[in-house]
Amino acid sequence: MRWIAVALLSLLSLPAMADGVPVDGALGFQPAASPLMEEITSFHNILLWIIIPVTIFVLALLIIVAVKYNAKANKVPSKFSHNTMIEIVWTLVPVIILLFIAFFSFRLLYLGDVFPDVDEAEVVNVKAQGNQWNWTYTYTDVIVDDYPVEFVSNPIHRGLPGEPEGTADAPRNLAVDLPMVVPVETVVRVQTAASDVIHSFAVPAFGIKTDAVPGRLNELWFLANETGTYYGQCSELCGKDHAFMPIEIRVVTQAQYEAWLERVTGNSVEDARQYLAEITNESPVQLASVQ
Amino acid sequence: MPMDAITPADELHHEDDHKIGFIQRWFFSTNHKDIGTLYLIAAIIFGLVGTFLSGLIRMELAAPEIGPLTHFVLWGVEGATQAEKIEAAKHFYNTVITYHGLIMIFFMVMPALIGGFGNWFVPIMIGAPDMAFPRMNNISFWLLPAAFLLAVVSMLVPGGPSGNGFGGGWVLYPPLSSTTGHPGPSMDLLILSLHIAGISSILGAINFIVTILNMRAPGMTIHKMPLFVWAMLITAFLLVLSLPVLAGALTMLLTDRNFGTTFFDPAGGGDPIMFQHLFWFFGHPEVYIMILPAFGIVSHIVSTFSKKPVFGYLGMAYAMASIGFIGFVVWAHHMYTVGMNVDLKAYFVAATMIIAVPTGIKIFSWIATMWGGSIEFKVPMLWAIGFIFLFTVGGVTGVVLANAGVDHALHDTYYVVAHFHYVLSLGAVFALFAGWFYWYEKMFGIKYNGFLAGIQFWLMFIGANVVFFPQHFLGLQGMPRRYIDYADGFVLWNQVSSFGYLFILASLFVFFAVVIESVVRRRKADANPWGEYATTLEWTLPSPPPFHQFNELPKVK
Repeated sequence: MRWIAVALLSLLSLPAMADGVPVDGALGFQPAASPLMEEITSFHNILLWIIIPVTIFVLALLIIVAVKYNAKANKVPSKFSHNTMIEIVWTLVPVIILLFIAFFSFRLLYLGDVFPDVDEAEVVNVKAQGNQWNWTYTYTDVIVDDYPVEFVSNPIHRGLPGEPEGTADAPRNLAVDLPMVVPVETVVRVQTAASDVIHSFAVPAFGIKTDAVPGRLNELWFLANETGTYYGQCSELCGKDHAFMPIEIRVVTQAQYEAWLERVTGNSVEDARQYLAEITNESPVQLASVQ
Repeated sequence: MPMDAITPADELHHEDDHKIGFIQRWFFSTNHKDIGTLYLIAAIIFGLVGTFLSGLIRMELAAPEIGPLTHFVLWGVEGATQAEKIEAAKHFYNTVITYHGLIMIFFMVMPALIGGFGNWFVPIMIGAPDMAFPRMNNISFWLLPAAFLLAVVSMLVPGGPSGNGFGGGWVLYPPLSSTTGHPGPSMDLLILSLHIAGISSILGAINFIVTILNMRAPGMTIHKMPLFVWAMLITAFLLVLSLPVLAGALTMLLTDRNFGTTFFDPAGGGDPIMFQHLFWFFGHPEVYIMILPAFGIVSHIVSTFSKKPVFGYLGMAYAMASIGFIGFVVWAHHMYTVGMNVDLKAYFVAATMIIAVPTGIKIFSWIATMWGGSIEFKVPMLWAIGFIFLFTVGGVTGVVLANAGVDHALHDTYYVVAHFHYVLSLGAVFALFAGWFYWYEKMFGIKYNGFLAGIQFWLMFIGANVVFFPQHFLGLQGMPRRYIDYADGFVLWNQVSSFGYLFILASLFVFFAVVIESVVRRRKADANPWGEYATTLEWTLPSPPPFHQFNELPKVK
């Protein structure tokens, strides 16, 4: 039963794989690939330590009641219907537990929502515009001929004939022709927008998800811990091909990022694509290795 | 002159056993029990449609790649290629999940719990002869099949460029639901359908409020009302306060679509997020509208079969009232990812978590009611205990989702699907079956086979858990909701989930076997099959109760 082993591994969230790909049979989160997702994972672990015992406690009470107070075991029912002490206890104890949760919860909320205090010059800005049914990425800091660099990121696997080369190796329903490329260990600001209906920009391994709403410019940030390929999917129902507008983020070294930018600003998207394929072969990030 | 001769005809008409024709009785019905029965029949029929749609979902998701649904699209289109069918199936899937949600909420759970059991037992439990406004009761019911018909027609007429029907989810977010996403007439019909279903519910709610506040028998003070009546009173207030907000949002959507307004269109200064605020201001109370009557039913059943009075009656009543109140100030926890201000999110986190306290009081009070009792595990009690445990599971995942920080990872994933099906599909629906088997003999005057009904419970218990528990894992791994096809990392748990659906299907077959068996065998029911601890007024009447009960008002001590 290989999936059990995979599931156990993912439960331990070993830092081995630097790819943000869903693993079949897994029971928990994808391995955290950003400081925010590490925080989310550890807060969720705290929650599991609360909600699982609470559920088991209720189940245990029900079992005790069923065994001790069934009609055979206890022929004469008692008459009580009040006990002020116990009522105070089961009101106050949950309050205390919730206050405990809230303490960590607010910390996490503000960590994720407030943009970190870093030098603006070191921040990479990308605008992600959701369209039916692909994403347009705009590198707002990279200006060529007065316009920022912009390209459309289309899914490459649709189960239809005429797929580009390499489709077979890429994870189904997740890979795109032109991924968003960002440098490792750098704060990335993503501004989300939409051209038609509401979409949602989400990458589970980074713990990010923000709606792309027509008429609004929303903002999120992430920082990738390691190089690799991270996948996400549109997370707000947006029509027929909602399931087929994935998000792929290639995290590369600063040097590789600059080399890639050079090719993109040379206005050759195909060249930039070739380059990404090359660096994949140099240091093979395991595409869909889990299968 | 003999006395009979001068008795006015009008008075004769009020005899208990006078016969009225079939059409008169079932189509022009003003009797709360007949209307309750009509609601239950309608809910069963509509529920079967909703179940069929959920079957399509689980069938499609049983394996990766788009497959089974291609057989349900483009009927009558000559020479449609497989590729065309796949494209059509993508939209069809979206319509299936949309109408599954809407039908289950508006046409199954609400009619059954509120219209069905509410109509049947609220007047009897408070010692009233009927509802306050019997004719309004009639139109409340008959608007419902009309609304359902509109919803079905809406599924069959053009929705947009992708195909027939509206495929934008039950939340109806614009611009997907405006002319940008669905220019066809389908969405207009759906708006009309929900308007009519809403009017039906508002009229019903007004009827319940007036009945409960004015028609209680002498001695039945507010603090002596059975908990089911309490639940229905709070539910009715939630309906009256929240449904008009939905109606407002729907009307604005309708004028945006047809008359050139731009309430939700940024091009004209509107904002799609405003619709979400309005929708969830209705939508969140709506989930309590579905669960509060369930709370009431479970309280009666637990008390009856534990042979003990309900533990902490006042606490139970006011826990429901506070859940109803807090339910109005937490709506934006459905919208953590829309780009809200972080302080606003913090408020909604805090408010949402508070709900766990009264909910906890209810869970522990039910267990305390059983504690020290002499419990008979009859069929309704099995459903009630199942409810308590599964609602706890759905409740604790609700606490997880309340935290906006974690919700950024879980929002719009299968974790959310698992959570709300635990509280609704395994919560509200379990309470529905509990109430059905608790009151079946009372309502229809015949006994059912407890052994068969027990088998149904266990099949449903296993099935619902196998379907929905693995969906937590899918959500944590990141599988988004409303996906017709998923990445290869989501195969296993989807297969398990679809496998579980077979148990639910089997359970439904057994359910109808139970009903048919009882109808064929016609074993005469007792007035009170559950013994002296079934203390509410319906058990003082014969089974089924007379056409008009309490011609002489009962006195409550």
